[in-house]
Amino acid sequence: MQRHILKSKNKIALISGILIAVAFLSKWITGNTNVFVWSLVVASILGLAPIAIQAYQALRVKVVSIDVLVTIAVLGAFVIQNFEESAIVTFLFLFGAYLEQRTLNQTRSAIKELTEMAPESALKQMENGEFEEVEVDDVDVGDVLLVKTGAKVPVDGTVLTGEGSINEASITGESIPVSKEKGSNVFAGTILDNGTIQILADRVGEDTTFGKIIELVEEAQDSKSEAERFIDRFSKWYTPAVLVLAFIVWIFSKDIELAITILVLGCPGALVIGVPVSNVAGIGNGARHGVLLKGSEVISDFSKLDTMVFDKTGTLTVGNPSVAEKIYYGENIEETLGYLASIERESDHPLAKAVLEEIGETVFSPVTDTEVIKGGGIVARVNNHRIAVGNVALMEKENVQLNEKAKEDIEGLEKAGNSLVITSVDGELKVLMGVKDQIRPGVKEDLQRLKKLGVKNLVMLSGDNQGTVDLVSKELGLTEAHGNMLPEHKSEYVKMLIEEKGQIVAFVGDGVNDSPSLALANIGIAMGSGTDVAIETSDVVLMNSDFSRLPHALGLVKATARNMVENIFIAVGVVLVLLASVLFSEWMNMSIGMLVHEASILVVILNGMRLLKYKLR
Amino acid sequence: MKSATIQLETLTCPSCMQKIEGALKGLDGIDQDTAKVSFNSSKVKLDFDEDRVSIEEIENAIKKLGYDVLKTRVK
Repeated sequence: MQRHILKSKNKIALISGILIAVAFLSKWITGNTNVFVWSLVVASILGLAPIAIQAYQALRVKVVSIDVLVTIAVLGAFVIQNFEESAIVTFLFLFGAYLEQRTLNQTRSAIKELTEMAPESALKQMENGEFEEVEVDDVDVGDVLLVKTGAKVPVDGTVLTGEGSINEASITGESIPVSKEKGSNVFAGTILDNGTIQILADRVGEDTTFGKIIELVEEAQDSKSEAERFIDRFSKWYTPAVLVLAFIVWIFSKDIELAITILVLGCPGALVIGVPVSNVAGIGNGARHGVLLKGSEVISDFSKLDTMVFDKTGTLTVGNPSVAEKIYYGENIEETLGYLASIERESDHPLAKAVLEEIGETVFSPVTDTEVIKGGGIVARVNNHRIAVGNVALMEKENVQLNEKAKEDIEGLEKAGNSLVITSVDGELKVLMGVKDQIRPGVKEDLQRLKKLGVKNLVMLSGDNQGTVDLVSKELGLTEAHGNMLPEHKSEYVKMLIEEKGQIVAFVGDGVNDSPSLALANIGIAMGSGTDVAIETSDVVLMNSDFSRLPHALGLVKATARNMVENIFIAVGVVLVLLASVLFSEWMNMSIGMLVHEASILVVILNGMRLLKYKLR
Repeated sequence: MKSATIQLETLTCPSCMQKIEGALKGLDGIDQDTAKVSFNSSKVKLDFDEDRVSIEEIENAIKKLGYDVLKTRVK
């Protein structure tokens, strides 16, 4: 019975609205007060039923909810036989709740779209070898699944047989299909554009990359900032306090009308809902545009940003360097290139890849006694020669003599923005290579936009030589640029900015080798193509490593933070105006109070909804 | 101890959260520290001791408040 009444809340609101209309029409047209009064009484009782049930349930779990306040107010109106007010108040309360639900669903729609992309079913291989459709929750790690053309990949897995091309837009934001064959990794939530594949389930449910993204966004929208926690604590005591206040007013003034008006006016609607609404709409907008924001604390810090610190390689530059120039010294160059390639083959440094590509086919020899010199390079033994590969500092450490020409060459290459890879064999300089990385297209304009949005300092930190760093910095118009920095130097620098200069600092990096800086900065922004590390260590993730989303992200958090403040102002302002008017004016009564109260809730929701459409101009 | 994720119909009033939290507090066998009601995603997450309380009892406590349970996952 109770549940039935609650379920038909919307119908009840409609019927009671019609009854109220009938009541007033009959009064104005026929002047029949009987129909007027009875319609209103029925409307009041109908409307009160669901509210009273909610109030009772709340009281049973020791919560004084808004329903409790409204129920007492309506009962009070009954006692003084003001059926007009009791009917209108219950109707407005129910109708308001209906509108709130509709508009709230709108603000949540962006995130819902994301979660609805989650796969629901899978074709699982049963014991008899046949594939049967099962719910995705029933898939375990190690199951063999069949994915047909047009279907969603249900879990993260590895292709066992077959081939096809997959649209991975849901993970990377990149909609150009990626071809997959035996041994390729596939991700839950991506779509098989053509072909048929069988996959082995590696990670299922919330452990998949897509599951993690959803979990993160869902948690983000419900994470609370300090301000919200305060409002929560406040509202827990606020409603009972209003009840007590109304009771005291009634005792002293014996004016029931005034007491119940206070009950209705005291309902804390807009204040409690205002901030979460801005939050969810802002995070939803981000999710739609490839910016994952981890909660309202992040939004608040990010919006007050002073300084943005960038990693160079892979962030401001494409991260795919190639050898631009090479200079040879002395003889036996072919052999040296063979040694160099043998050593670089074992390294995962981005420069090593460029060097290997440049050398191409060569004779590889076994490498022993490899020693990685941090911030310098590599020293190793090949064919009984001591080979050093690295920068100028390493050469000095190895006591390699650099003649005048070599020094000039080095200076020239550095000035032209090259990173240096110098090779020496047994302490003798042999090869000098200049490796260059291209600046990402569009980065310069994006940085300008960031500046316009109020970022005071744009700083670049890099492990590269100062020459390269200065050149990139000049080209991009950065405020500061520091080279020759190891990952720990970068994090120290970030710490210095925060602790000594008192700045609010964001660090933008690729999320893999910069994780200490990402964690230390007030806001860690990872350029991740949906990699786990990036998702976990950072506060903001730019999907698909798309740098151009950064200005949108900053503009969005600023708009969201502003929106929250607006909503708090609206909510507090309305309560103050209502309280003032109940004390100092004649026109205030319960119905108007309820109308203003419900209207203010809708206003803050609609205000929050504007964020869904936010676009950086 | 098992952990449950309960998807509810859309929650619209923040006091719904207080009510649901209150109802969960009244149940034995729920790890109160883990119980979390999220407003925007309309989900309840909690750890519970299946020897002392069943998932049906938890669902019923929430349903009694008038909130429909759409989907429950227990791990």
